[in-house]
Amino acid sequence: MIAKTVRERGSYLLFLIPGALLLVTVILVPFAMNIGISFTRWQGVGDPQWTGLDNYTRLLGDSTFWSSFQHNLALVVAMAILPTAIGLVIAAALFDVIGKRFGQRAASVLRACVYLPQVLPIAVAGIVWSWILAPQGALNEFLDAVGLGSLGQNWLGDPDVALWSVMGVLLWIQLGYPVVIFMAGLQRADPSLYEAAELDGASWWGRFWHVTVPQIRPEVFVVLLTCTIAALKVFGPIYVLTRGGPGGATNVPSYFSFQNFFEKTQVGYGAAIATVLTVLILILTTVFLKVQNRGERA
Amino acid sequence: MKRHAVLWSLIVLAVVMLAPFAIVALNALKTPAQYASDGPLALPSDITFQGVIDFWDRVGFGQKLLNSFIISGSVAVLAVVVSVLNAYALGIGRIRGRSWILIAFLVANTLPQEAMVYPLYFLAKETGLYDTQLSVIIIFTIIQAAFGTYLLSSTYAGFPHELLEAARIDGANKWQTLVRIVVPISRPTLGVLFVFSFIWTWNEFFLPLVLLISNDTQTVPVALGVLQGQRLMDATMTSASALLGVIPAIAFFLIFQRTLTRGITAGAVK
Repeated sequence: MIAKTVRERGSYLLFLIPGALLLVTVILVPFAMNIGISFTRWQGVGDPQWTGLDNYTRLLGDSTFWSSFQHNLALVVAMAILPTAIGLVIAAALFDVIGKRFGQRAASVLRACVYLPQVLPIAVAGIVWSWILAPQGALNEFLDAVGLGSLGQNWLGDPDVALWSVMGVLLWIQLGYPVVIFMAGLQRADPSLYEAAELDGASWWGRFWHVTVPQIRPEVFVVLLTCTIAALKVFGPIYVLTRGGPGGATNVPSYFSFQNFFEKTQVGYGAAIATVLTVLILILTTVFLKVQNRGERA
Repeated sequence: MKRHAVLWSLIVLAVVMLAPFAIVALNALKTPAQYASDGPLALPSDITFQGVIDFWDRVGFGQKLLNSFIISGSVAVLAVVVSVLNAYALGIGRIRGRSWILIAFLVANTLPQEAMVYPLYFLAKETGLYDTQLSVIIIFTIIQAAFGTYLLSSTYAGFPHELLEAARIDGANKWQTLVRIVVPISRPTLGVLFVFSFIWTWNEFFLPLVLLISNDTQTVPVALGVLQGQRLMDATMTSASALLGVIPAIAFFLIFQRTLTRGITAGAVK
């Protein structure tokens, strides 16, 4: 009997072969190679030269590396924290006020408008905005037209402003995702809790904070995690909007590693940056999942 | 009163979210001369598709569309097939060590592409796959299947046991059970997976940018992104390029939105 079960399970293993083969050759081996390369000096041609931890010690002293991570934190704010916070308020307002007083149709049309930027290829979104934010672009023209011309900026060309502009673009791109996920979560919210809160005379804000948010806590966790990872990986918008400039003001680790790989051909150094970024993402994911598990058990 | 304030602020928000699309459409249909004289905010005085046509011809946009369709379509089909095979072994076969295998697929889905890009670039050159669509298809098949495996394994873990048992009694082997029972019943979920894999692959930028360098192989986002980076286009042509990038995305959104809602509700009924 036991022997039979083992044989039965064994034959299921055959179905895993294509996936396992691809996983190993396309993901795991290249990832291991990247770690190996990070311990070498290599131009991409010829033989890599073993240098041990040199690339990593160099990273610690490289101000570009540190500032690229600071910019990454700003992008986490723009792509994870702000969209989650604003998304909660919008989803609650659409579900609670618009859906109930003005009809489901109004709510889903408004939701679609907010979601639309999410369907764009991120590179195309970057093109749209780099053109709107150009010195003679639509935004400055609009500010002129409404008499606020003095607020005009070189949005992407001024080192003091560029990171804020990029954050704004990313917020625009990302906002629809939490709204859609949160509204789906609210569908299973218990209506009697709302009625009870209303009878108790709770304000809208009180209901939002004590009824709505706790009910969709799992969704909030998932959105925060996936958006934070997405923010740490951001490449396309930086490539299209600013190329990390002006003067490195919007450089991020993923673009910084790309520069080292393909522009400066310091492959070993680029591999070290990518490895650090990976470790950071894996740690963050583990911590998030641990906290979430504890939250669910509590 | 208060309710209307909420409604109006949400309408303002919706307008702000849509404004960039409107501005792009507005200027893509203008002549360069009118853009020069009236600026980006004026309505087009006479609508012209010249900018769009010029841009289309200049980058061979038809070819890029075809490339994107070939890559995204192949990846979506292959990723669904690989996900089904994986999930069949993990969720229904419950093979030994399945939770570790599942974690390996999850990690594969979380790894930043930056941490694989150079070895992939190097290996693609060594194997002669550099600048071929096949390289991108192989890579994204497993990246999307990593997500699909995770999604489907949990669905298949709850697959009704009686059905599998009945198939076995009828003398079906594992392959026949998979093809005749498991796949047809999970079709709504597979549809959702297909759509996600297609759109995600269509929108990919980083790896295709590195691996596809010639005009015959590049995808729509890569071609647009590279042109934008060269800063050679005038304002109306830039907006024409953006418009051409936006249109397929909105088309998929409209087409697939129905599939997705249908797929999700169909899955819920089952």
